Amino acid sequence: MPQQEVVSEGLFTWPSEEPSLIASRRDGELSFPARPGDETVLLSRRGTLWGFTTQQFRPPSPPYDGNDTPEAFEPYALGYVELPGELLVQARFTESDPTRLRIGQEMELCIVPYTIRPDGTEVLTYAFAPVDEKAAS
Amino acid sequence: MTDVAIVGVGLHPFGRYGDKLCLQMGAEAAQAALADAGTEWSRVQSAYVGSYEVSNPDAVVSWLGLTGIPVRGVFNGCATGGTSLQMAAQAIRHGEADVAMAIGFDKHPRGAFAADPSVIGLPAWYGRTGMFLTTHFFGTKIQRYMHEHGVSAETLARVAAKNLANGSITPHAWRQKQVSVEEILASEVVNYPLTRYMYCGPDEGAAALVLCRGDIAREFTSTPVFVRAAELRSRRYGAFEVTSPSIPVDSAPSPTVDASRAAYEVAGIGPDDVQVAQLQDTDAGSELIHLAENGFCADGEQEKWIADGATEIGGRLPVNTDGGLIANGEPIGASGLRQVYEIVHQLQGRAGDRQVPGNPRVGYTHLYGAPGASAVSILSR
Repeated sequence: MPQQEVVSEGLFTWPSEEPSLIASRRDGELSFPARPGDETVLLSRRGTLWGFTTQQFRPPSPPYDGNDTPEAFEPYALGYVELPGELLVQARFTESDPTRLRIGQEMELCIVPYTIRPDGTEVLTYAFAPVDEKAAS
Repeated sequence: MTDVAIVGVGLHPFGRYGDKLCLQMGAEAAQAALADAGTEWSRVQSAYVGSYEVSNPDAVVSWLGLTGIPVRGVFNGCATGGTSLQMAAQAIRHGEADVAMAIGFDKHPRGAFAADPSVIGLPAWYGRTGMFLTTHFFGTKIQRYMHEHGVSAETLARVAAKNLANGSITPHAWRQKQVSVEEILASEVVNYPLTRYMYCGPDEGAAALVLCRGDIAREFTSTPVFVRAAELRSRRYGAFEVTSPSIPVDSAPSPTVDASRAAYEVAGIGPDDVQVAQLQDTDAGSELIHLAENGFCADGEQEKWIADGATEIGGRLPVNTDGGLIANGEPIGASGLRQVYEIVHQLQGRAGDRQVPGNPRVGYTHLYGAPGASAVSILSR
């Protein structure tokens, strides 16, 4: 098992068998990421795909700190997942092929490495996975 | 309320200019606008100067002349040019100036805009994990819109082809080459479903306007164009906006909708009266969505509008007759003033090969940009 660290403390509950995104509430309104000093709220782990796109080119770096190169960059899909009654949350998806995504499909939170440091440490962030894909794998 | 007229417009064409100073381009555009108005910088009593890359854009007065007038730097994201126009018009209405200028310029590095997320108050992880980009917002917004309102990828490509065709007949456009709908659809995807030719690119350039009190406009030109409305709005809670890690489930309209409605109300002019428009086309999807958000058609009607050629020169509402951002690129500080430059040329009947037929009297400009601001103007003879 490689060494792992999270990209940011306070973003999601970790380590956890069933991790959740950490939001906050002020005057009845939810915010993600959580705003310092506000009451924290754990968001639902499942929602439906609201809309999506792909990132086909390597984002400008900095701020992006993936350990890939423009040539080796692996495109990913991203967009919004609607957590019913809570928020639309923007996220990267584990499925990168847009033809295998559809609006309304069920998505579940997962924690994935998005880059590996020179010393081998995996850096973890949150993503959403299609529930069907998860069941099949 | 005091009438405000635009009596001179100037442009330093957008593109790539090597080592040429951004401020030099701004000065040349300002001089061109002054020459167009048949006047001189010494007559100008107030100026608003917009730029993203130049931190002290008022340095342009080193070229124009150190006359001591109030000069204010403006930055308001992609809505900067419209903001400069609005502020210059306000300076005249408030009585600070009889003659004012709005000047804008920029010189961006190649590629997608890159910044640290802290500049808009977002945490570092948002940038580190590859989320802090404006381009994928546009991909997500049009993907959802196409699903909800039955807009096809071919329609996206037709918008890009129309703007590139308009660029090919615009002598000052950056992109002068027509590209077919098939080639646009087959070009590489940048952010699904948007392909390379459907996006504008950041570049360099400048634009400038000379404005004055309406009652003295004919001292400068026989064909003044009046600012009937120049409105600016920021986003409301719930609006679906660029660079948002989360958005409320209950949505609010885009700031474009708010700015547009305000402009129609101030002007006493409705969308059916507009004869030529400039709509923010960061990408082809944005232009389609902005047709509806600015009140020109209902959501979903774009499919038929575009199939019928309604937004082409000669159609019922020609849009982005100079090729828009797709053919001209986007030097942020100047882009909105380039829109006004084009509308003024159209209303004065001097737009050459791209002239809208029928002697148009009413034109419209629209900007939208990060982190959720929109500027709309309504101009008429």
